[in-house]
Amino acid sequence: MSKPKIFIANPVPNHVEEYISNHCEIVKWDFTKPKDFQGILEIVKDVEGIIEVGLKIDENLLSKAPKLKVVSNISVGYNNFDIEAMKKYNIIGTNTPGVLDETVADTIMGLIINSGRRLCEAERDLRAGNWEKGDGDKYFGKDIHHSTLGIIGMGRIGECVARRAHLGFKMDILYYNRRRNEAAETKYNANYLTMDEVLSKSDFVLVMTPLSDETYHFMGEREFKLMRKDAFFINASRGQVVDEKALIEALNNKEIAGAGLDVFEKEPTDKDNPLLKMENVVTLPHIGSATQKTRDEMAMFAAKALVDVLQNKKSDGIVPELR
Amino acid sequence: MSKPKALLAYPVAKEIQEYLHEHFDLKTLDFTNPQKYEDILEKITDVEGAVVLGTPIDKTLLEYGKKLKVISNITVGYNNFDIDAMIEKGVVGTHSPGVLDNTVADYVIGLMIATGRKITQLNQFVKNGQWERMDNSYLFGKDMTGSTLGIIGMGRIGEMVAKRCSLGFDMKVIYNNRSRKPNIEESMNVQYVEFDQLLKTSDYVVILTPLTESTQHILSYREFSLMKKDSILINVSRGPVVDERALIDALERGLILGAGLDVYEQEPIHKDNPLLKMDNVITTPHIAAGTEKTMNDLAWNAAKSLVSFLVDNKAINVIPEMK
Repeated sequence: MSKPKIFIANPVPNHVEEYISNHCEIVKWDFTKPKDFQGILEIVKDVEGIIEVGLKIDENLLSKAPKLKVVSNISVGYNNFDIEAMKKYNIIGTNTPGVLDETVADTIMGLIINSGRRLCEAERDLRAGNWEKGDGDKYFGKDIHHSTLGIIGMGRIGECVARRAHLGFKMDILYYNRRRNEAAETKYNANYLTMDEVLSKSDFVLVMTPLSDETYHFMGEREFKLMRKDAFFINASRGQVVDEKALIEALNNKEIAGAGLDVFEKEPTDKDNPLLKMENVVTLPHIGSATQKTRDEMAMFAAKALVDVLQNKKSDGIVPELR
Repeated sequence: MSKPKALLAYPVAKEIQEYLHEHFDLKTLDFTNPQKYEDILEKITDVEGAVVLGTPIDKTLLEYGKKLKVISNITVGYNNFDIDAMIEKGVVGTHSPGVLDNTVADYVIGLMIATGRKITQLNQFVKNGQWERMDNSYLFGKDMTGSTLGIIGMGRIGEMVAKRCSLGFDMKVIYNNRSRKPNIEESMNVQYVEFDQLLKTSDYVVILTPLTESTQHILSYREFSLMKKDSILINVSRGPVVDERALIDALERGLILGAGLDVYEQEPIHKDNPLLKMDNVITTPHIAAGTEKTMNDLAWNAAKSLVSFLVDNKAINVIPEMK
């Protein structure tokens, strides 16, 4: 039997490509060139599977890919999937839950400490040669230990952050979630509150919800106004869950103390985004899961999901809506 | 009865200054200008005690301060004390153990993540408008979870770092210390190893020894050559425990991956120090204990030690060498 043909749209490690090639015939994008949608449509017209990061899977693409059976995301977020369209064309979509949780939780603790303790500011000034004796108080920050962390969206990554924050840093954990998370309540003494209460009581507000129609811009003007003036806002999920204009406004008006952001409404973000000018904002280029080990594991997980679906129509990686 | 005379040689919060005024005939320096040693000498001549931060308490100062009985250091470190000279003159030194431990431990973790995940560098990268595409593998960093932390000097701060890393980040934690700490080994699943073994097997080496003759340059050429090529050094204790020339050499030759430094052999650091030019080094200006709350707690502690000694005739927070 001939091997199914699949499309590798983003670079994967060699051993992952080798694994895929044992089961599939591979077409790869030429990674020396920027991606163009027309070129992609040309390729997908006769493939059965796609492995990719962030490629928009919608009516437009699906209508040109008659043989397609599965799209495998090398990411945990899957807001690039048009779920209804995929259902209509009977396409399975997979993501990489679990693999990256600890690495993303590290990034989040890094953002919390770096924004609260103003490490980036201090380092930049020091490198510029601006350190006079006795001016350490310029960089006085906010204590992390024993402060209050509010987590909006208590899933697996939220739990990994709660473990670090509560067991490690003795922080009080408040959370809001569609459903109660009893494991987090038992293990990390997490306190279930309304979203408004979480916003108004926390020293650090962390948004961890996946992006959906309901969560689009759900952090807006009203929500930032509810936050404490000495509180920091942290986002490492998806940029569009935050109304970035409202965030900029809140920072300009000193309604909050600062922010730590790994994600933006548009990525890469525009060079004239006012957030890039702000001392009290830590900006990262969407590196939540970016360690070699985790990215390798994610690529392997996605490759296995792709092959599993093509061979057995089964995988732990299939997203809930398409199971 | 008249109040004893005392000197406040470092600016503290208003309430603390008022508290000192209540108990002493208090002099202060002119805090609008940088601290000058000569000004302190001039004002120390007729006081029985002083609250200081970083002022060298040496033979010269003790010669001027004929009536001195006690010096209260605002910080926990007291390498500004010439201990032998103080003992000879019968001047007691106090410090503030315990107060800043959690705040410093937070900063250690901040430096570990910032160095491992290149946070200050990537913040600058985004802010400079250099973020032009996704998927840059040079943005990749090092995982905390699953890696090994080696702590040299397991005192109170070490214990708090161990707690964060072992219970919070699920890291393997090993340590070396003059004496074993069975309680910590058990409660935090921490393992005692020989000094060289620690250097050879740790992904992150955190040095937390106080500065003494035996710990000066405890990390030098030999030690860096033992460390793993992908390891990271963190120093927030005192600069001279590390041989800075050997560290620079190790970083330049790739003997270690990077360093997160809050302290230096010379402070403020010399503007030409090569460390300030290195991408794989995070440099901050001795602010590991720098939060509003902790500095306030430290100053309260020093003020109370002074009052206790001179008003209540009770010595508290005396440095171990003078107990």
